[in-house]
Amino acid sequence: MAYSDKVLDHYDNPRNVGSFPKDEPNVGTGIVGAPECGDVMKLQLKISEEGVIEDARFKTFGCGSAIASSSYVTELIKGKTIDEAYAVKNTQIVEELKLPPVKIHCSVLAEDAIKAAVADWKGRKPGAGSDEKKAV
Amino acid sequence: MERLIYMDNHATTRTDPRVLDAMLPYFSEQYGNAASRNHAFGWAAEAAVDRAREQIAKLINAKPREIVFTSGATESDNLALKGVVEFYREKGNHIITAPTEHKAILDTCKALERKGLARVTYLPVDDHGLVAPGDVRDAITDKTVLISIMHANNEIGTIQPIHEIGKIAKEKGVLFHTDATQGVGKIPVDVEAMGIDLMSFTAHKIYGPKGTGALYVRSRNPRVRLSPMMDGGGHERGMRSGTLNVPGIVGLGKACELAGELLESEGERILRLREKLRHGIMSQLDETYLNGHPLQRLPGNLNLSFAFVEGESLLMGLKDIAVSSGSACTSATLEPSYVLKALGVGEDLAHTSIRFGLGRFNTEEEVEYVCERVVREVRRLREMSPLYEMAKEGIDIKSFNWARD
Repeated sequence: MAYSDKVLDHYDNPRNVGSFPKDEPNVGTGIVGAPECGDVMKLQLKISEEGVIEDARFKTFGCGSAIASSSYVTELIKGKTIDEAYAVKNTQIVEELKLPPVKIHCSVLAEDAIKAAVADWKGRKPGAGSDEKKAV
Repeated sequence: MERLIYMDNHATTRTDPRVLDAMLPYFSEQYGNAASRNHAFGWAAEAAVDRAREQIAKLINAKPREIVFTSGATESDNLALKGVVEFYREKGNHIITAPTEHKAILDTCKALERKGLARVTYLPVDDHGLVAPGDVRDAITDKTVLISIMHANNEIGTIQPIHEIGKIAKEKGVLFHTDATQGVGKIPVDVEAMGIDLMSFTAHKIYGPKGTGALYVRSRNPRVRLSPMMDGGGHERGMRSGTLNVPGIVGLGKACELAGELLESEGERILRLREKLRHGIMSQLDETYLNGHPLQRLPGNLNLSFAFVEGESLLMGLKDIAVSSGSACTSATLEPSYVLKALGVGEDLAHTSIRFGLGRFNTEEEVEYVCERVVREVRRLREMSPLYEMAKEGIDIKSFNWARD
């Protein structure tokens, strides 16, 4: 199976690889997938008081398309508000990276990672109530 | 290094130039039909086929007439299993095999089960992939018509105790088939000493052409009978009709002759390269595991799991190296290798396995290059792996509460 140029570029030069300290209140961490399924994504967002995503980091265990999906997502959501980030659909990722049908699950996982990271951040805010989904 | 390195010799091999040279005249000059008994073109083709039969028989200690030509090992496996089940249906319908067999055996067994023609026992394998001969003995019933256990595994290279299984089969009077596709030409095979009654193999795994294989069918003690799967002109003692693929057969013959001459020295050389690669990788990377038996394995096979690095992503990083991943993540099922699963390798580790298949044309320089590239790429991907990070933090990945779909 041939990979698209964009997948290859993200795989060779992944953007924003790394980790933030996950206990900081302004950091939301989303870990999705499972090792036995062959895909695990960790996405971390640094979010301002106003709910703007200031920075993002990822680490991914998975195929090249999974790595590219998470790398692309970190670029895509930087500067977005959490509501805008929450609205990101996996189809955007599929289109950008030209993922074949067997790799669509990678984009779904990346979308889930955004939602999990935002939910984690919300849960950490002082006085947070609903929408509790602890990542770690 | 600009060029591509081929290290996937379990999938197929490059046709040896000496084999190709032997084949070429049978396309352009000696193009007769080996079944044409009444002119020189046919006689020349028949003579070439007879010579190939001798070359092949010699390699495996068989008689030339015990070689039945087929299109490849998949057809040979189908013919052996379906042919025996159909011919011996009055005697019984029970087959004994193992879950680590090639799909050509497993799917044939499933087809026979589905049609109600056979009942199949799948013996367990140990964590190295070995079948216990005692389990074979215990599984035999008065309805057992065939034991089919592969010689060497195509993924993990584990070599089965064929001598012992053959001995049990003889004692119990049950036919014994082995899929020796990966073993023939690589390690010694002797159908007499090993008590083999039927054996599948193919040319393209031993530096011959694709599209030509053979089934060894024992002619005495006992004389094995088969119902043909292809009806027609009654070629190959009626067991496999169809005009013989003379150039392919000449190629298989020449490939067997070369394999016989080179087997010992080549086996030693490839084993040394394999060990160099294994040691080079494992001494530089932690959390790297060997799949299959440490000693009873094909000289050219190295199957490693690189924990925390998904196999397909590693292959992607090794763009200029042709190796194979056991993760099969390219298929829609996302199922990792069924062979590793049968060994009890966890699915998390099965997703991280890579199969290196060394062969005749690999060089020491290539091994050094592959070793260096693998180490570098695994390190890079581990830096990117959340699982590696968690493991370093002391988090138990197995007991972590994963958000499963």
